[in-house]
Amino acid sequence: MAEVRAIDYTGSERLTMNMGPQHPSAHGVFRAILTLEGEKIVGVDAVIGYLHRCHEKLAENLAYVQYPSIASKTDYVAAMASELAYVMAAEKIAQFEVPKRAQYLRVIVNELQRIASHCLWLGTWCLDMGGALGGGTSIFLYCIRERELVLDLFESLVGARLLYGFHQVGGVRYDIPAGWADQCRTTLNTIEQRLHEYEAMLHDNAFFEARTRGVGVISSALAQDVGVCGPLLRASGVNFDLRKNVPYSSYEDFQFKVPVEQEGDCHARYRVRMVEFRESIKIVRQALDSLPEGPISSRPGVKSLGQVRVPKGEAYARVEGPRGEVGCYLVADGSQKPYRMKWRGASFSNLAVLPYILPGVTVADVVAIMGSVDPVFGEVDR
Amino acid sequence: MIAGLPPIVLSAIMSSVVLGFVVGLVAYTTLLERKFAARMQSRVGPYRVGPHGLFQPIADGLKLLLKEDLIPAAADRTVFNLAPVVFVVPCLMIFASIPFAPGIGVADLNIGVLFFLAVSSMEIVGLFMAGWGSNNKYALISVMRAVNQIISYDLPLVMAAMVPVMLAGSLKLSDIAKAQEGGFWFIFYPVLGQLGFLAFMIAGVAAENRTPFDILEAESELVAGFRVEYSGMKFGLIQLGEYAHVLGTSFLGASLFLGAWAGPGPVWLGPLWLFIKAMVMFLLFTWVRWSFLRIKVDQILAVSWELMLPLTLGLLILTSIVIVMRGPVA
Repeated sequence: MAEVRAIDYTGSERLTMNMGPQHPSAHGVFRAILTLEGEKIVGVDAVIGYLHRCHEKLAENLAYVQYPSIASKTDYVAAMASELAYVMAAEKIAQFEVPKRAQYLRVIVNELQRIASHCLWLGTWCLDMGGALGGGTSIFLYCIRERELVLDLFESLVGARLLYGFHQVGGVRYDIPAGWADQCRTTLNTIEQRLHEYEAMLHDNAFFEARTRGVGVISSALAQDVGVCGPLLRASGVNFDLRKNVPYSSYEDFQFKVPVEQEGDCHARYRVRMVEFRESIKIVRQALDSLPEGPISSRPGVKSLGQVRVPKGEAYARVEGPRGEVGCYLVADGSQKPYRMKWRGASFSNLAVLPYILPGVTVADVVAIMGSVDPVFGEVDR
Repeated sequence: MIAGLPPIVLSAIMSSVVLGFVVGLVAYTTLLERKFAARMQSRVGPYRVGPHGLFQPIADGLKLLLKEDLIPAAADRTVFNLAPVVFVVPCLMIFASIPFAPGIGVADLNIGVLFFLAVSSMEIVGLFMAGWGSNNKYALISVMRAVNQIISYDLPLVMAAMVPVMLAGSLKLSDIAKAQEGGFWFIFYPVLGQLGFLAFMIAGVAAENRTPFDILEAESELVAGFRVEYSGMKFGLIQLGEYAHVLGTSFLGASLFLGAWAGPGPVWLGPLWLFIKAMVMFLLFTWVRWSFLRIKVDQILAVSWELMLPLTLGLLILTSIVIVMRGPVA
């Protein structure tokens, strides 16, 4: 197990600096107490919990029909993934069937969500490295422009742009409206084209290379020790993707690659996510083309609180969200509410790697590394 | 009538005119930059205040005037209050040495280029005072970087500016302008002119602390760098100084490389031509700024000492060899 360097705050050469909780590149409310020697970081204390909203306690007090739309709020940048994890856990205990059409719709929205989330990641990451009054803003605004297109799709599907409540125990709540599939294909074509534009701006850009190559290296061993997941894990040379390794929701029906890079630095994480963009587009296209007919839920539409009762039992469901494994552990006691619930947030375990890789880098690298980890603090603090 | 006035009155009038011109220009270059950047980012930019957002700079100025002027309790009040002034004065003084047309300018010094470069690097004193006086860790780190960077990049900037100086054989800006009359601008001088201009652009961007070299401000790391504690009109003064510095460098670049006031049409169009060329320079700086990511302080210093300085020094030696072989242009 790698050692976290013990922090020595003493010594006249050292400066303790608070980065956060209110800081432009904190990606939410994260506080890193940095101990600096000049510009070099010798120690970091990560403080989390500023956005704690008692999600797990809330789940005990909300019925199975109510909580999915609250589950959105854990990782509000990728709301679809956490909703799916929750309903999958409930379905696992009760052994509810999920119709094929609902499974495909779940795949479509989850992959669209991955695209939207990665758009936000690329934008904010470049904003961190490029400045609010510089090239970073340009990329940020381009990315947000594309993310808006995906959110438009969600809006015409669900009626909401950020927090959806699309999933329900037994299936999904909304079927795609007329013309939605064509709108979706157009959007995908646009985004695919724009991805080339981003890469034209970033690939072989000396400034981008200088900021990302060899910065924040997570070795394969460290990645597995700490338990990072998602794109971070794959950028460190571990080929693990729940969609391939533990397929759920009919992911085994689709053809896609899982990108793996060996370097483990910021640039490797960038390359992994850029491939994931394209793979997600591929998956959505396949799902749209082969979308089966049939019901969208095995359970009737939501009418009353007690409509879904889950028998006694417990289950863990895991979903490959944009940031990695989103897990939901559910203990049911046979009533309309879960007895106990536990979230496993991808950002939370990814963030745990920071104290290992930050010592030794400079202040400027901190923001590059933080951005490449892509934490969402709603999910870290829950 | 004007010619009959005593010289001291004349230069007082002239400097007031130039000062007013510069301050007004700074206000409107912010609008120009915002519009330009907005177009780059497929946005519209300021549009609400007045037609096409033309009164936006005035609204911004008014807002800054009305803002509460906060002084941190732990700040060194004297240094903190003095810093914006110390910062803004050299940034405005650099315009004194720029001739806008033959005989029009505050002071056409015989060491004009030298004066410009020397005074413009004095801004570091104000910067350091701002960072130190704020008693803020972000500000302190920011000015630590500033001192490193400005010292590192003033040298290549001076070297690059010496290329046209050597070609013209004079440090006087009006002599350099005269040497470029007749369409032979120094940027067209084979190899030397283009390399010199490129080096001037790069060093200029760095000396003005603009992206990709804006590590002083670096708002994603240091929040706002040395100006993090400033508010109201003190913040406004710092902004004014920064933009005036960029504009000054644009005017210098236009005078040194782009033929100053030379251009088609009657002579009295000269100032307009210089103005247009300076704006082209400014937009070049802006274009670079809104296209690149920021690099790190150690990388910036490495670029300066390992690349820019030897290369500009070599360019200078090459220029002197060419001049010895072929004689100066003028």
